[in-house]
Amino acid sequence: MNEKASLKERVVKTVLTIFALSSLLFLFLIFIFILIEGSPLFLKVGLKNIIFGFKWAPTKGSFGIFPMIISSFLVTFGALIIGAPLGLSCAIYLSEYSGKRLKMILKPALELLAGIPSVVYGFLGVIYIVPLVRNYLGGSGFSLISTSIILGIMILPTIISISFDSIMSVPKTYREGSYAMGATKWQTIYKIVVPSARSGILASFILGMGRAIGETMAVIMIAGNALKIPMSLTDPLRTLTGNIALELAYATGDHRLGLFSTGIVLLVIIMALNYIANFGIKRRSQ
Amino acid sequence: MRINPRFINRLMEIALNTQAFFTVGILVVIVAIILIKGIGNINLEFIFSFPEDMGRHGGIYPTIIGTVMLAILSIIFATPLGVGTAIFLTEYTKESMLTKIIRFGVESLAGIPSILYGLFGFIFFVIKLKMGWSILSGVLTITIMILPTIIRTSEEAIKAVPKNVRIVSFSLGATKWETVTKVVLPSAAPGILTGIMLSIGRVVGETAAVIFTMGSSLRLPTSIMDSGRTMAVHFYILAREGISMEKAYATALILVLSILLINIVAYYIMNRVISRYS
Amino acid sequence: MVKKIGIFLIIFSVIFVCSCANKEKKHSGKKHTITIAGSTSVMPFTEKLAEFFMIQNPKFIIDVQGGGSTAGIQACLNNTVDLGMSSRKLKEGERLNEIIICYDGISIVVHPDNPINGLTLEQVRAIFSAKIKNWKELGWKDRRIDAITREEGSGTRGSFEDLVMHGEEIDDSIMVQDSNGSVKEIVATDPYAIGYISLGLVDKRVKAMPIDGVIPTVSSIKTGAYKIMRPFLLLSNGDPDDHVREFIEFILSKQGQEILRKEGLIGSYE
Repeated sequence: MNEKASLKERVVKTVLTIFALSSLLFLFLIFIFILIEGSPLFLKVGLKNIIFGFKWAPTKGSFGIFPMIISSFLVTFGALIIGAPLGLSCAIYLSEYSGKRLKMILKPALELLAGIPSVVYGFLGVIYIVPLVRNYLGGSGFSLISTSIILGIMILPTIISISFDSIMSVPKTYREGSYAMGATKWQTIYKIVVPSARSGILASFILGMGRAIGETMAVIMIAGNALKIPMSLTDPLRTLTGNIALELAYATGDHRLGLFSTGIVLLVIIMALNYIANFGIKRRSQ
Repeated sequence: MRINPRFINRLMEIALNTQAFFTVGILVVIVAIILIKGIGNINLEFIFSFPEDMGRHGGIYPTIIGTVMLAILSIIFATPLGVGTAIFLTEYTKESMLTKIIRFGVESLAGIPSILYGLFGFIFFVIKLKMGWSILSGVLTITIMILPTIIRTSEEAIKAVPKNVRIVSFSLGATKWETVTKVVLPSAAPGILTGIMLSIGRVVGETAAVIFTMGSSLRLPTSIMDSGRTMAVHFYILAREGISMEKAYATALILVLSILLINIVAYYIMNRVISRYS
Repeated sequence: MVKKIGIFLIIFSVIFVCSCANKEKKHSGKKHTITIAGSTSVMPFTEKLAEFFMIQNPKFIIDVQGGGSTAGIQACLNNTVDLGMSSRKLKEGERLNEIIICYDGISIVVHPDNPINGLTLEQVRAIFSAKIKNWKELGWKDRRIDAITREEGSGTRGSFEDLVMHGEEIDDSIMVQDSNGSVKEIVATDPYAIGYISLGLVDKRVKAMPIDGVIPTVSSIKTGAYKIMRPFLLLSNGDPDDHVREFIEFILSKQGQEILRKEGLIGSYE
């Protein structure tokens, strides 16, 4: 009986270990397959010609994705400029000003909205924001600014939720101490609460960036996908993700390899951002 | 000159209030637009009839079936894997190099954007394993994509079960596995269920990872080797190709409503857990 | 609780597997599946043909997917599909059996409010190579031209490059969309846009621009006056089997060609 039980325990433990290792295996597979598909091109065309090349004409042998790297960062920063102040104010309002009732309603409501599919955001952007930009700012409306606005809205729930949590975790005594010294509520927030929650807020911004740079379908709907680096807010642009999604189904041969090289570059950027957010910032704060 | 700090305080309070309500307002407006524009085109016929002329007329029945098949099958695959991993991490090992590496792996998987899952699923399942554009390729890709969510929520839920429950169980002579299945998992079940619901919500709204692995055939899928179209992919195609704005809004409404419903159930379960333990 | 969920999951998976296996049996027993993939320009028309064909021959299942001409050709070479669709001519080395199902014009389209009533081929080339950037240069408002092209790998783009660009490159500042539908959607909503789409998809939401004085219509293509046209091809690797042949015969039959003609395409025997 006892032997049987211990055998069973051993089997269970082995199975669970295999399960646990499976996520590592999956990560490994993803890396390996994207690398295997994408790296031959780096060897053939040269790392420099891909990452710093200006011309993307994969059926004619040019695989430069530099404009897309720049464009990806431009929309990401654009999204942050719009999403970060709004999201942070919302988080501060929720934690410091709103009553308990309102908090109970608003917090889950905002998190529910994080579930709205990105294609819906993209669609509404095309219907409402693109014509606005076209009529008031000029250009076709499919532009850097429209994309930044939509991505800025899309990353709001991420920023609000994570910065709210980190602001809430600032001990009450800090605030009480500040009030006791005669500080106003705003002085307390500005001088005590936000600096103490700094690392969490920063992490929320970086995770928001990660979401913005990885977003695909909404972006190809609204960005216009031109290959040039945008020179003004109303110029169209193509991101790394957009490049993959636009052409993947069509691509064969070197063209497909080129898209996988785009994938490698995207993967490296995303991993770096996540590493900074999860390990660099969170760990230092512990 | 020094500005009165009380004045600044008041000013900032107003500024923060406006920004917060502006933010909430944007999100409310999004839902309102979809609701107003979509509600008129929804009826039972739209849900249960087949699309005609690429979706210009008729309903979205095959895409609902496609979505349900994708969500249920990927949950069936991902739940044992994810919960198993969470049990391993919390109950069967101490913090070690191995758990650190596994956690790093899970964190990394969670951060990978869905287009890269699509890229991987396309090359690995669709092409290398010759599964073609099929529900199976989609399910396997999505399983990997939702695994981190399930692992993390299950881990939180299992950790929240009080230590002394386990001690009591052990002292009654139960083995570790008996303790896990009979004591720990039942208490952690609502938390795990929350994770599963949130994952289903994510699958329903996903496009990039699905379109390159499951394809976009509008036919009713009859086996897992068939290609299929989910509601989100159908909406994307309707909207982008300008096939029919009415149908696009109606599909968007059903999509958004089902995701909101799934998420509300998830939060309801979670809140019950929180109130039970606190 | 866990048990209940477990039981629920097991029951569900059993039902699922059963129903899948069941259907699998049914469809390998009686039904013939023909899988078709390729050009998104040809796809809507193939889908329409398949709809009609399946009504008349219920034992067939025809699965039509997009992917693009190049992907369709590749899938056909790999035997992953029964038929490929292409909206461009085959290149050297792509050795496949080609069946011309019809011809299609590529129309240069603008917004219905655009007052310009005709462009020359050179002007179109200049717009897409970004030598002309403003509508003022063509005698309209002082406003940037929002030109839209198709992505690399698209058959329509390939044909457009051959027939209009004559070796000049489409400029990097031109917007890119990945289907006829999305090009049309932008042109229909943006008054300053210009793009090119399949003639079969032109309706009153967009205005087809006369090129060198010739309006793109079925008759002007038939007479050869409108030059921007390409064949729609179905491709098979080697000789198609009997089931596939049955579908091809349907397309080339009077009824099939009539369906295509109603969609604004030009039959293959005309």
